[in-house]
Amino acid sequence: MHMPPPDEALIARRDEIVAGLRAIVPGEGVISTEAERRAYESDGLTAYRQPPLAVVLPSTVEEVSRVLRYCRAQGVKVVPRGAGTSLSGGALPLADGIILGLGKFNRILEIDFANRCVVAQPGVTNLGITLAVQHAGFFYAPDPSSQIACTIGGNVAENSGGVHCLKYGVTTNNLLGLEVVLMDGEVVRLGGKHLDAGTLDLMGVMTGSEGLLGIVTEVTVRILPRPSTARALLIGFPSSETAGDTVADIIGSGIIPGGMEMMDRPAIHAAEDFVHAGYPLDVEALLIVELDGPEAEVDHLVERVETIANRHGAVSCRISQNEEERLVFWAGRKAAFPAVGRISPDYYCMDGTIPRGRLTEVLTRMAALSEIHGLRVANVFHAGDGNLHPLILYDANQPGELDRAEAMGSDILRLCVEVGGVLTGEHGVGVEKRDLMGTMFNQMDLDQQMRLKCAFDPEGLLNPGKVFPELRRCAELGKMHVHRGELAFPDIPRF
Amino acid sequence: MADFRPTDASDLVSILAWAAAEKEPVEVLGRGTKRGLGRPVEAAHRLDLSQLSGIRLYEPAELVLTVGAATPLAEIEAVLRDADQMLAFEPPDWGELLGGEAGGQSLGGILSCNFGGPRRLKMGAARDHLLGFSGVNGRGEAFKAGGRVVKNVTGYDLCKLLCGSYGTLAALAEVTVKVLPRPEEEATLLILGLNDQAAIAAMTEALNSPHEISAAAHLPAACGGLVPGVAGSVTALRIEGPKPSVVARLGVLRELLGTHGEIADLPRGQLWQDIGDAKPFAGLPDHVVWRVSVAPSTGAALAGDLGRRLDIRHFYDWGGGLLWLAVAGAEDGGAGAIREAIKAGGGHATLIRGPEDFRREVPVFEPLAPGLAALTARVKAGFDPQGILNPGRLYRDM
Repeated sequence: MHMPPPDEALIARRDEIVAGLRAIVPGEGVISTEAERRAYESDGLTAYRQPPLAVVLPSTVEEVSRVLRYCRAQGVKVVPRGAGTSLSGGALPLADGIILGLGKFNRILEIDFANRCVVAQPGVTNLGITLAVQHAGFFYAPDPSSQIACTIGGNVAENSGGVHCLKYGVTTNNLLGLEVVLMDGEVVRLGGKHLDAGTLDLMGVMTGSEGLLGIVTEVTVRILPRPSTARALLIGFPSSETAGDTVADIIGSGIIPGGMEMMDRPAIHAAEDFVHAGYPLDVEALLIVELDGPEAEVDHLVERVETIANRHGAVSCRISQNEEERLVFWAGRKAAFPAVGRISPDYYCMDGTIPRGRLTEVLTRMAALSEIHGLRVANVFHAGDGNLHPLILYDANQPGELDRAEAMGSDILRLCVEVGGVLTGEHGVGVEKRDLMGTMFNQMDLDQQMRLKCAFDPEGLLNPGKVFPELRRCAELGKMHVHRGELAFPDIPRF
Repeated sequence: MADFRPTDASDLVSILAWAAAEKEPVEVLGRGTKRGLGRPVEAAHRLDLSQLSGIRLYEPAELVLTVGAATPLAEIEAVLRDADQMLAFEPPDWGELLGGEAGGQSLGGILSCNFGGPRRLKMGAARDHLLGFSGVNGRGEAFKAGGRVVKNVTGYDLCKLLCGSYGTLAALAEVTVKVLPRPEEEATLLILGLNDQAAIAAMTEALNSPHEISAAAHLPAACGGLVPGVAGSVTALRIEGPKPSVVARLGVLRELLGTHGEIADLPRGQLWQDIGDAKPFAGLPDHVVWRVSVAPSTGAALAGDLGRRLDIRHFYDWGGGLLWLAVAGAEDGGAGAIREAIKAGGGHATLIRGPEDFRREVPVFEPLAPGLAALTARVKAGFDPQGILNPGRLYRDM
């Protein structure tokens, strides 16, 4: 994995730049010693490490604005960071760029039940929002697995999902407003407590832009009344095909569960060994289907899902009888990653999405890839929305295994795209899938996306080296290539 | 002046490559039903996309539909109905409101304007249902974005940007949308005789309960007539879902809301379609019509304030967060007063219907703060550097 070559002249000016930043953010807000910078060298994708030039931790919007203006004037690159939980290297530092950490923006500014929204600073954790409103029976719906640590600002940057997004949507569907500081220091407000943008939905395009367009300094999210009941079914199948057919049939019959997760045999065994949730060990695939909502609805749908599962040859089916049991069903799934971590020294988590109907084919071909690369794979899968999380098992201490794991991961993602899916469902492109963007998009598609970037950050100083496989100058992207003399409509009058 | 009618995507590329080379602006039209909405386009040529039509892929089990961008919505809705599915944002039809006929609009048209009906409150707007598209930008270059799956964060979410761009960033060729199961059962509960404040309080209590309200509207007495046999004001709440669930929730809600006023049941009918379509204003051709999106708790005070300063009729959707206004007699159609009034609480007002010369002078869309206006103009230039796509449609200089 290559990053843009660092600007040595700029690195040589570190002391001067640190002094410039200290003039804006006082005291401990600027981190420059090597030992302290090292704490920021990586995010959730730990295979890649790079200490930053310096770390700046502003605590006001004014400071963010001044830091960006300073960096733009000095040509210093900026990598934004929330909690650093990105699984795609979105917050991987640059040797010639600062980390702009939003950790001090950690306050909830307003809870507004009348308008069903919360205004929060970007460093508030995802779970922190739910915790702030649950006393009144509300919750914030998107629930990425890292919700205890990841920040709402990072969720906006990555457009994070979670196990309940089949029914409740991902981050972008639950946002009302943003305050954003642009690279030139300009502060803009997008949305508010009302719905829809009216014209260009810049909040929509900021969401999931992976820190390449602006720095989010305030977020307004919708909160929802917590469903009165939730029950889960734990269903074992003799094959992934019958499990997949069950998923298709549940959705085909008009049921949208709150969550619908699938695990394959290796993942089931790893999880059961780890948390003893009572998962059946004699099955090839396990489905967890959670139904939430009004009690009468949940009871009715639980029955219907059970009938559908039995029709497709389910070999076991347990229905949670109380809240405790429901949480036990989930415990194995939620611990699937650390559980796999126990059976292999290292694992590499992928994140492609496929059309649900291609599941069996993809799993079969993934097994073949496993043979070719000589690495085992365990699968957990957001079955309801086709988002696969294959975990490739490897040992970083064995020479060449990381390379083989990455090669296998790339093959899996190419396979996802080939069957009509996409490279990433919720983890982001970052540096991890950057070089695969060409499998989904041609040059014109990518040029159009980069021209959007130019509108926000013409010098390309915000998080360069992420998302796009090639850095191109805005001046070059903006050129029009006009082919006069080949006009398709010579008969049209010209003025 | 020419009328272009591309028959496929490559035709569309040739036409826009020509227009870009010659700097000849075009008016982009799907089925043309919303020409009377927005600032009048300043272009000599018309780009009529109506031939880019037809269902290309529909997989009910995948909840996904791909169509030519100008496919008539009516055709799509008929096919979805056969599979007990729907576009969950409940696209409104303003054909009659704008002085034409209902039933003519295309899916691409409604996506481009990002309009949603009563269910927008619960299920999101058009922008929440567009999964992917292909189109041609103002440089005459074909490009695509998004995909055909719901979970997708690969690259910038240009789908969001295209929704609400009113054809100013690209001409859409093909669109892929998420579809959802049609609810098995629906029921609407009415509360009779509430004033605006009390209605919003009742709607808020219902929306803050866990009973999954899928639409909440209030029609003051002056906007009556949609509910047969009721003369006063009507507050309406809809619930949807499997039959046992709807029956159970109706019971609970009746009790919960009984403290607010007299409760009545509404048989399944046209009410929600009529509210989405702004039917109360279709019969007031001399009024200027505004659609104002605000924080729900500010809606009633806003309408009260405007009612003292202007000759208006009004009703609410989205639990009070969407205020429909019909204004008579004001020289600027009430633009100044309305925009002044929403400043404090935030939101935006869009002029939905007004005479053409009026729409040229009065800002149709909410004016942007200077920094945001500059950013918007740069985004536009990133797609259409010479301003050949629908110039003037959104803002005078863009």
